[in-house]
Parts: sequence; C-alpha cells; structure tokens
Amino acid sequence: MDPSTLTISQLRAAYGDGSVTPADAVRSILAAADARDAELGGYLSLDGETALAAAEAADLSLPLGGVPIAIKDNLHVKGQPCGCASKILTGYVAPYDATVIARLRAAGAIPLGRTNMDEFAMGSSCENSAIRPCRNAWDPERVPGGSSGGSATVVAADEAIAALGSDTGGSVRQPAGHSGCVGLKPTYGRVSRFGLVAFASSLDQIGPLTKSVEDSATLLQVLAGADERDSTCLDAPVPDYRASLRGTAGLQGLRIGLPKEFFGDGLDSRVRGLVEQAIDRMKSLGAETVEVSLPHTDYGVATYYIIATAEASSNLARFDGIRYGHRTAQPVDLLDLYRRSREEGFGPEVKRRIILGTYVLSSGYYDAYYLRAQKVRTLIRNDFDKAFAHCDVIAGPVTPTPAFRIGDNDADPLALYLADLFTLPANLAGLPGISVPCGLATEGGSKLPVGLQFLAKPLGEPDLFRAAHGWEQSGHWQESVLG
Amino acid sequence: MPELNVRYVADLARLALSEAEVALYQEQLSHILSHVDKLTELNVDGIEPSAHALPAGGALRPDEARPERCLGQEATLSNAPQRWQDQFRVPKVVE
Repeated sequence: MDPSTLTISQLRAAYGDGSVTPADAVRSILAAADARDAELGGYLSLDGETALAAAEAADLSLPLGGVPIAIKDNLHVKGQPCGCASKILTGYVAPYDATVIARLRAAGAIPLGRTNMDEFAMGSSCENSAIRPCRNAWDPERVPGGSSGGSATVVAADEAIAALGSDTGGSVRQPAGHSGCVGLKPTYGRVSRFGLVAFASSLDQIGPLTKSVEDSATLLQVLAGADERDSTCLDAPVPDYRASLRGTAGLQGLRIGLPKEFFGDGLDSRVRGLVEQAIDRMKSLGAETVEVSLPHTDYGVATYYIIATAEASSNLARFDGIRYGHRTAQPVDLLDLYRRSREEGFGPEVKRRIILGTYVLSSGYYDAYYLRAQKVRTLIRNDFDKAFAHCDVIAGPVTPTPAFRIGDNDADPLALYLADLFTLPANLAGLPGISVPCGLATEGGSKLPVGLQFLAKPLGEPDLFRAAHGWEQSGHWQESVLG
Repeated sequence: MPELNVRYVADLARLALSEAEVALYQEQLSHILSHVDKLTELNVDGIEPSAHALPAGGALRPDEARPERCLGQEATLSNAPQRWQDQFRVPKVVE
C-alpha cells in the first residue's frame, strides 16, 4: 500500500496498526511528487528534510499526529518560503507561523510543501502563477482551477494526503470541483486568517482540500475557533463536526433548496445532468427538495469584482520594496523605488486588479462603484436569508463547465470572471460552502470531474457535512459519467 | 460613467506601467467596467451597505504593550531588501 494514496482517516488507522510510520508517509509523498510533479506543477517547493525530521518526532496520540498537509503558498509557515506565486516575494522567508499552521502543529500535523496558486490568489485557473504552470491531474492539458490550483492538483494526484487553500471567491471550492476532491470554504470568521497574505479582507477564508468529506470535517475541527490575533475571527463555540457525518441516514428529512438561478442557460448539459442526478439520488434516500430564488445572482460578479479589487488595491499597497520583497535596482528616489519595484514584481492580473480597485476607490467614483456594490451585497445577503428560511442547504453546480484547456481564456479576463458566478455569492454573504465531486464529464477522450456545491447559513458547517457526506456515501461518484 | 484614465490611476497605485500595458489595461478594464455598470440597474435607495458579510469584530482588549507577542527586531528585519544596522535602508528622502 502506498501511503500517499490514503485519506487522513486511513493514514491514522495505518499508523495505529503499525503498518505505516509517519516517515513512510512523508517519503511516499516525496516519491509521488518526484514522479509526477515535474509535469503537473502542483508544488512550488518541498522541504523533505524538515518534514522527515518532524515525522520522526511525531506524537501519534494527537488527533493529526504524523499527518503531512500541503500548504498553499500564501500561508506563513515559519522558516519556509511564502511567495504567493509572485516574483515580488522572491526569496521571502516566513518569520512566523500562521494561526492555522500553529493549530495544525499543535494537533501533530506536519506542514509539507508549498502549493502553486494564481499570483496573490487572483484567478480561477492557476494560469496566473508567476513561478510555474500548474496542470489538472485528470488531464494535464487542462487547468486545475484556481486560485488554490496547486493544492487541488497535489491532492488529486496523490502527491499529498490533504492540503490547505484559501477561498476569496471560490478559490478552494472551484479547483476542488475541477480536480475531483472535496473543498470547504468555512463561514467568514470561522477560521483565523492571521498569517494568510491578505487579498480581499472582507471575503478571504482559509479552507481544506481533501480526499473525503470526513477529512474535511477532521481538519475544520482543528482549524476553527477564535483567535485574538484576528479581530474578524468569530468567538462562537466549535461543534463536533464529525457528529454530522451520518452517511446516507443523514439525508432523511434534509431540505435541499434549489435556486432556479443556478440552473439557467449557459450551464453545460453534462454539469446540469450530473448535478441533477446527484440530487435525485439524495431525494431517493430521503432528502426533500424545495425551489428557492436568489434573484440577485446575476449581479454577483460585478459586485464581487468591485469589492475584491478595492480591498486588494489597499492590501497590496504593502508591497513597496521597503521592508520585504523585490526592490528595483538603483532607484533615483523613493517614489521611483515604489513605482518600479511594483511594476517589476507584480504580474499582469495583479496589476489589472490593483488598477481597477484603485479606480473604484478614487475620489469621485467611490459612491458610484464601491458604496453601490456594498449595498448590492446587502441585497445578495438578504436573498440568502430568505432562502434559508425554507431549506437546510442550497445545492447547485460549482462552475458552469468542467475545466477548460490551458490558454483558452487568455484574451478575455471578463469571460473568466463570469464563470465564478456560483461560488462568489458565498463569499459576499459570508456563508460556508463545500464542493464534492458528483461525476465525470467526458470530453475529447478525457474524463473531467464535475463538482456539486452545497451552501449553508452562517455557521451551518454541520449541515454542509451532513449533506456532503450523505451524497458521498450513497455510491461511487466516478461511476456517474456523462458525455 | 466617466472614462477610466489608466495612466492616472496607475500613478495613484504607484505602478510604473509601460505604454503597452496602459493600452492593454485601458481596453480590458473598459470592457470589465461596462459589465460592472450593470449594478446601476438596481435601485439601492435606503439599502444599508455591508462592509462585512457578518457582524464580526469588535474584539478589543486593554491597551497594554505585550512585547512577548511581537515579532522582534531580527525577525522583522530578516526579509529587508537593504538593511543598515537595525533599520530598513531606503534612498535619501530629505535633501
């Protein structure tokens, strides 16, 4: 048995019966990465030596004792590079641990590897990595999704047991959907962001990418909870998430809301078919469906790209070549240092968003763009409040289509933004969301995973796990294939 | 909506764009803004803006120094592009 192919639960069981050691697991992951990652590009770096030393010292009595976890390149792991897949952070070494890393370590886990991403988490395809391309584990000609594309690829390719990502507009759920793994975006404030390089502070959340729903619950159990180092982190009790993993029995009486706006024109017929088949099966196992409406869905993309870019332009002002990161050679004065360091360090998508964000915040445009977008955000939240009066979870697709070919959307950034319409609302409304694989779409000889998304009300993660686990345990998702 | 002047906004954002970048972003961002203008279709009179999705925060603590929670001088300076003694070094600002 190759330990890299296991889930967290399976690996822990193998440690328990002595058939595998943490050092075996780390070596197995390094070997898998050695075999596949030159092609797939899921990792930006892998510090095997540090991980092996940690594996030798692992305390198996802890909940995640000896479990290696891959980490997205925007999370601080003390002593490791933290580059956000950007040239502006070349050579930057994290001087401290993010709270999520400290929590993983306290639970016995071993951070292993820096995963590839869209630069500063801006993108939905991983094509904006300034360091190296990242490919889909199911079809290397296609994108893995993004921005946590590397995390999805290493989990899907069994180059990792599980990974952490961050989700600002779908960046955990969407690559999980495209890559056939489970991706969770917790409620806004459920998980501390201390040590996450900020993109859009009112939207960012950290979440796990895993091979099973059970692993997702196991990781959230460790990651969730108040943190005095993040003032937006909620001081709400952390429930026993594993208690909501009830298999198909949990589907009995589950009320699933189906927003008609998530099943409109423009949805790929295979995606529609696979999502509908999954919901039908859940119904046959005792779930009920309710039609709900989210009438402002169509305004989500515009609202998101104003708020997210505005916040990004402010957050990324810190990359000025003074305290860390790239500094231009021989600046003539301070202003020249700022301007050229940023020009040389940032890639095209990041610059595009900084300019848009600076514009919508600039004098004379603030009310027309930013303030208006914040008001529409209220309308989007209100839609969800009304919908959740009638259902426990909302279900729908993660993306309108399966993963596209690398390079297909290069010329038109807006087309790519518009494909985020099903994932953005959860970030705008602060809701938790989970993406679970629901089948395979065949295309040109490839089989491409399709994701099913569940959304719940704030702090409704137990409802998400109940629904997602019920679906996952109802059969083998790879057996649902549509061409 | 008045036209976006990419060069002017890039100056505000401290980005020394090339002419080719200015032309590219001018075209792409005009396209994106034409989609964003969709928001003017909605009547938002009397709607409260949401700065955050959820009413988080307000987590205040007593205003006391806690040096043991600080990063420390060496770690803070560890990524400095240029350093002089215990300071970040920058080009001369005052003549």
